[in-house]
Amino acid sequence: MSFLKLEHIHHTYFTKTSATTALSDISLEVEEGEFISFLGPSGCGKTTLLSIIAGLFQPTEGTILLENRSVNKSKKKIGYMLQQDYLFPWKTIEENILLGLKIFGIEDSAKKEYAFSLLEEMGLKGYEKQYPKQLSGGMRQRVALVRTLVTEPKLLMLDEPFSALDYQTKLRLEDLVSETLKSFGKTAILVTHDIGEAIAMSDRIYLFSARPGQIHQSFEVPKVLRELSPFQARNHEIYTQLFQEIWKELESLE
Amino acid sequence: MNNNQPVELLHKNYIKKLTYEKRWVRFYQFIIFFVFFLGWEISSKKQWIDPLIFSAPSKVWDLFIKKIQDGTLFVDLGYTLSETVLGFILGTLLGTILAAILWWSPFLSKVLDPYLVILNAMPKVALGPILIVALGPSMTSIIAMGAIISVIITTIVVYTAFKEVDPNYIKVLQTFGATRSQCFKEAILPACFPTIISTLKVNVGLSWVGVIVGEFLVSSKGLGYMIIYGFQVFNFTLVLLSLLVIAVFATIMYQLVELLERKLIKSN
Repeated sequence: MSFLKLEHIHHTYFTKTSATTALSDISLEVEEGEFISFLGPSGCGKTTLLSIIAGLFQPTEGTILLENRSVNKSKKKIGYMLQQDYLFPWKTIEENILLGLKIFGIEDSAKKEYAFSLLEEMGLKGYEKQYPKQLSGGMRQRVALVRTLVTEPKLLMLDEPFSALDYQTKLRLEDLVSETLKSFGKTAILVTHDIGEAIAMSDRIYLFSARPGQIHQSFEVPKVLRELSPFQARNHEIYTQLFQEIWKELESLE
Repeated sequence: MNNNQPVELLHKNYIKKLTYEKRWVRFYQFIIFFVFFLGWEISSKKQWIDPLIFSAPSKVWDLFIKKIQDGTLFVDLGYTLSETVLGFILGTLLGTILAAILWWSPFLSKVLDPYLVILNAMPKVALGPILIVALGPSMTSIIAMGAIISVIITTIVVYTAFKEVDPNYIKVLQTFGATRSQCFKEAILPACFPTIISTLKVNVGLSWVGVIVGEFLVSSKGLGYMIIYGFQVFNFTLVLLSLLVIAVFATIMYQLVELLERKLIKSN
């Protein structure tokens, strides 16, 4: 039995003038502790799929089971990180990271303690009373990560969380996120259009083709790479080979 | 720069320039004030303008002192001020609540859309006579005038702001499983504070309009009544005194809203 199971997911968006099929027959399984990437050109429905897994809306057809239960009932087990940090500008860093607990109504001192320890781990101790606009982009995205982790989700959704950052910050944050998720044994799904990022961070990569979004092929990342940090993985020779392989497949899609 | 000395000096000069400029601004503001009242006084004395219609600052001042001494100005001011403040608060509050209801139910907002457009386009003061008949010729109907004139425009502006809040903030909350009321409280409302404050500023002016017109129609007290009474007995000194008092207190109200703005939106 797998941790997350998607069976024949179809999704169609309706507008007055058209019906667009965003996803067609997506089936996949994810084991606990795995790091999965959805890679593909824009418009292949990656983000739609992520939102469906997160239970933000229902697919037109198909079922999603998280630990054998429907996702709507297990919302608290899922954390979601967006392209930009979307920290609330009128809340302090402290209020921002405690937001999830507040919504759940479980704002006790032990959980708060945990939140602050996470913040410290991310190297952001002492910023609790500041407002988001006082922090740099990388710092804000780290705060967003803390906000997501505070509620202790079992499954983490990362929707291109590094795409708005500069390259250096992005590399550093990849390492940090990868290390953090590994140490907590979290299952994660990363949506990205960056082949390198997908290879460096994940255990398995699903390559999507567009219009309608379908799984074109899946790639297992070799064990050697998986054991390295994203930054080190990028310098390994197998990384380059896999990059070429995926690149060719992506080219053939267009 | 090789050392800090010139930088500090430049900074000092920069600050000096700023204060210098500020002083000139204040100076010209005072000049306009002074020239206006002096010009008014002289042209009235010299009969360049009809003193019966335009009065003169000195006459207005004398009346002001007289009305303070016999206390009647305070009575009138008290009435109008409380009506305006109540109308203003009521209008803004009701407008925001209505906007929240429309946000809550997209269906209702679609249904009510044409009615909002009509109500907004309608000159609200035209409702005055009906209000007075319905609520009686009392303070209540004047407060209602003060409120009704700002409530629809507040609803429309605030509702539009509610709709324009970045949906990704809602998405963040929804991934935590937030309910619609939690989304409203944590994201929609605080994100719209700047808009709400700016409608407050508009509403200060609107409530004065509503209340003064209301007093024209029905009252036997208040600054609006002073204007209409002065007009009827052709005592324009009284009219102008009322206008000046209104100008002063409308400005004070506006300043208070700005103070509130600085308190509320310190983070942005």
